[in-house]
Amino acid sequence: MRGRDILAAVLLALALWQAAVTLTGAPHFILPSPLRVMQAAWASRVLIAQNAWVTGIEVLLGLILGTVLGAATAIGLALSKRAERLMLPLLVFSQAVPVFALAPLLTLWFGYGMGSKIVMTVLIIFFPVTSAFHDGLRRAAPGYHDLAATMGASRWRFMRHIAIPQALPALGTGLRLAAVYAPIGAVIGEWVGASRGLGYLMLLANGRAKIDLMFAALIVLACLTVALHLGVGKLADRLSRYAHGD
Amino acid sequence: MTPPPGITLAGDYALGGAPLFRANLHLRAGEWTCLLGRSGTGKTTILRLLLGLPTGGHFAGQIAATDGASLQNRVSYMAQSDLLLPWLNVLDNVCIGARLRGTIPDRARAAELLRRVGLSGAAHHMPRQLSGGMRQRAALARTLCEDRPVVLLDEPFSALDAGTRADMQDLAAQALAGRTVLLVTHDPAEAARLAHQIVLLSPQGTAVWPTAPQSPPRAIDAPDTIASQSRLLAHLRCAA
Repeated sequence: MRGRDILAAVLLALALWQAAVTLTGAPHFILPSPLRVMQAAWASRVLIAQNAWVTGIEVLLGLILGTVLGAATAIGLALSKRAERLMLPLLVFSQAVPVFALAPLLTLWFGYGMGSKIVMTVLIIFFPVTSAFHDGLRRAAPGYHDLAATMGASRWRFMRHIAIPQALPALGTGLRLAAVYAPIGAVIGEWVGASRGLGYLMLLANGRAKIDLMFAALIVLACLTVALHLGVGKLADRLSRYAHGD
Repeated sequence: MTPPPGITLAGDYALGGAPLFRANLHLRAGEWTCLLGRSGTGKTTILRLLLGLPTGGHFAGQIAATDGASLQNRVSYMAQSDLLLPWLNVLDNVCIGARLRGTIPDRARAAELLRRVGLSGAAHHMPRQLSGGMRQRAALARTLCEDRPVVLLDEPFSALDAGTRADMQDLAAQALAGRTVLLVTHDPAEAARLAHQIVLLSPQGTAVWPTAPQSPPRAIDAPDTIASQSRLLAHLRCAA
């Protein structure tokens, strides 16, 4: 996507939004105009920045921790057939529990601070990262297994020198998904119980009928998600290029 | 490198309960044996049995070296696909065996082997920058770097163009001289050029086929090589 295309898409969205406001004649406390939202954003810029910082940190730490845990689990599963047999059904079953339903429990266990939001983010991205990377690790070309076996490689060294580098593009695919899910985890955590963060700010603004501020926080959250998606996309591209020797 | 042993593989192989072949194969010490046969007769299975790799079937018989020692850690392998790791440069690919065993790679020796196969200028290139022939040269250098007395080759030159293939055959014959080599191939011309001994594999069993009197590698255009190749091809076509 080129910068010009992004700018055109943003202008189109703003035009549609403005058209909806004008055509429906909705009052500003139901659907504020883009200009009103921008004014609210500017007026509350410090408040929004402070809360965006909190959400950004939660998302980033959750993403890093979830990736490390997910990648380590995938490697563990690929190294041990027994662990794979025991853990894989458990992992798939864990997906039947909606993570959102756990949010109140997590708040109870980890408190109203950042901890519960980071855990929520980790939980929401753990499965896509583990699943994608594990799939990549299992798909190492059979020829490499043969070569490594004749060279006297241990299971771990095969994993380290061949399977992991070869599976980096698959890890990149998991990371791309994680980048989309991670902000959802943090914001849901903030909705359930928090005193800081963009999710908290949105609830607060909604409760006080400051819909323009709520929209402003929502737009900042969307920008944060897009920035994260682009950043992680670049990282995933690098992993892929490395694995292909480009 | 320890002195190359001769190797005997004798027994019956069955796949899913159905017999596939009966083999009585003797690889002579320090010589090239070429194993020919039609697709599906079990050539690659024999190679995998010698390598100690899983085959999916059951082998009842014995695999033994003439010196009585185990074959473990004395056999290296080169496949049709070069199996170069795309994320490592050529030099690091040549050293991969040491890394996989957790020992320190001898990079100076690897560089010398690359020079020997004519790739000294490409040591720091990535595999994707190399032609098919250059990639197989790098794979040969990696095989040599293992410095094993027994080398098993599974159609390593079959994907190359005719000219490059002939060059690679000369290079491999020279570089692997003195080792016990088993070359699995579909190509009668390749067997006629490179083999000290030709063995044909069919469902009926293994049979030794006479070679031309000259020592390998034989000239492609030598009358004896051409005659040997023609007879071999005719026999393989009749056996179909």
